[in-house]
Amino acid sequence: MQTEDDTAQSSSPRQHARAAELEFKNVSKRYPGADKPALRDLSFKVPAGEICVLVGPSGCGKTTAMRMVNRMIDITEGDILLDGKSVRGRKPAELRREIGYVIQQIGLFPHLSIGDNIATVPRLLGWDRKRISARVDELLELISLPAETRDRYPAEVSGGQRQRVGVARALAADPPLMLMDEPFGAIDPITREHLQNEFLRLQEALRKTVVFVTHDIDEAIKMGDRIAIMREGGVLVQYDTPDRILADPADEFVARFVGLDRGLKRLALSKLSDLSLDDADSVRDGTPAHGQANPDRVVFVDGQSRPVGRLGRDREPEPIGPVGNPDTSLRDALSLIMSDDNRPLVVVDADGAVAGLARLDVIAGALASHNGRDAPAEARS
Amino acid sequence: MGLLIAASGPVIPNFGGASDKCAVNNGFFCWNWFTQHWGSTFGPAVVQHIILTAIAVGIGFAIAFALALLAYRFDWMETPIAGISSFLYTIPSLALFQILVPFTGLTRLTVEIALVSYTLLLLFRNIVTGLREVPEEVRDAARGMGLTQRQILLRIDLPLAVPAIFAGLRVATVTTISLATVAAFVVDEGLGAPIFDAISRGNFKTEFVAAAALAILLAWVADLLLVALQRMVAPWAAKRRSSVVPRSVVRAIRGRRRPISAVRET
Repeated sequence: MQTEDDTAQSSSPRQHARAAELEFKNVSKRYPGADKPALRDLSFKVPAGEICVLVGPSGCGKTTAMRMVNRMIDITEGDILLDGKSVRGRKPAELRREIGYVIQQIGLFPHLSIGDNIATVPRLLGWDRKRISARVDELLELISLPAETRDRYPAEVSGGQRQRVGVARALAADPPLMLMDEPFGAIDPITREHLQNEFLRLQEALRKTVVFVTHDIDEAIKMGDRIAIMREGGVLVQYDTPDRILADPADEFVARFVGLDRGLKRLALSKLSDLSLDDADSVRDGTPAHGQANPDRVVFVDGQSRPVGRLGRDREPEPIGPVGNPDTSLRDALSLIMSDDNRPLVVVDADGAVAGLARLDVIAGALASHNGRDAPAEARS
Repeated sequence: MGLLIAASGPVIPNFGGASDKCAVNNGFFCWNWFTQHWGSTFGPAVVQHIILTAIAVGIGFAIAFALALLAYRFDWMETPIAGISSFLYTIPSLALFQILVPFTGLTRLTVEIALVSYTLLLLFRNIVTGLREVPEEVRDAARGMGLTQRQILLRIDLPLAVPAIFAGLRVATVTTISLATVAAFVVDEGLGAPIFDAISRGNFKTEFVAAAALAILLAWVADLLLVALQRMVAPWAAKRRSSVVPRSVVRAIRGRRRPISAVRET
């Protein structure tokens, strides 16, 4: 009975929802001979299409938890449900072909071309040649690699490109769930940030359910729709959105793990576009009237309303300093304000015209609320 | 000892025709004599030599391959198998002939048993090493993508072991070609036969030099052919060598890398 079910599913991956809901139900892992369990009664649910980051120190069992989903590690107790169906009764090899798998060391097959690497799972699923070939082209384009990369061997491309190919290979059969074990861990910081942004952009379009393992809380905050913070001994301490975890750590352990600068990290989650801006006193030519109440609000603009200068505290005009735009994070905005004598930051819109001023106390007010990304709205009222 | 003398007995020297001078003068190399005796002596000897070697390496490879798969699957088998093949490898060839002749006689079988046992260690070691050196992360990725154990062996492990396997084949082949000259102690075959003949004629240099040179040439050509074959079977290995990062650097980095299980949780 089981097998019939299995074949029906594995032969037509596209009949799946493009993303699956994942649920851990009282999952425990105990290795024979170990006196303590590696995972203790883990329960949480990842809604379809969201990135769930498992994060925690070494030995917290985050990788173990991830590897139990595709049965690379067996479940001792409890169950893991994929779209409501248990993974326990599935044939491991068939189950794994429906789940994308990316690891830190990538593990590209060095004897196969990039194209053949990407085609691995479609071939296992028995797709016909044409469909595989078209899919490979599509994926190469998706990860913005030139088409001729297809015939290269992994050793012939850069580390960043290899990592992209690893992601493409995992996406090849359009799996409803992706498992990613520190996928950007072994890469230099600049390339890592690039790849993180690229993956987030991909995810915007693909909306896969993703389980993402990392030990880096900053990466967790950046990548996760939800974060599961785990502690040594395989205990889940808090499962929540990044903003709620930063605003309201469940206990001392979480507070320490997210760091004393959690307020700043929270600010990094919001952008100036979330904030209510003060109006600036735009002055097109000449000098503003003397005796104006607040020189900080004065901005000299050109014909297109673009900022060209400000009024100094000494009421002398000075050239414009750094400006923010709607995509500037509140954290960066705060930094700019503080390095500019706490004067409000001039914010421009997409066309470069003055949109308003971001005040220090309004940014600070964004932190006061526990309501996550809506916080700035409250500060407004 | 009697056996060995008897063994060299059947070698019938061919004193013939105009090139007798060569035998009398006994210079370093007499081209005339060589060409005159190519058809009767050297040609057949080369063919026999190739056959002796091919059978030995072929059978040796088949046995070593099976043993290597066993050792790869069941770790505990590696030590006893390596032990036995090392032991075989250390037996001097002449002694091994003496041991075998009472059972298998002065036959090609005796020669092949000896030659095969000398290939086992080299081939077994290289195949096992090649399989074991497949990077753990590659195997992990293969498993995680849904390849079965069998598919991992056939599509990942064995293709990736090809360079190591060929390294073993090259050494085993060259060694066997050189060793097969000793077969003339037992049967009148291969390039060893003219060498023995030359010695029995009071060190006839032309015959001796020609046979030795042919054996060396044969080893060299066989090695080249194997290199060419490897290029065909595993073109990726050559690309890897010419990649931006020198292999020594890659090896140094790999060496420092901790096992996957240790890295993952950090």
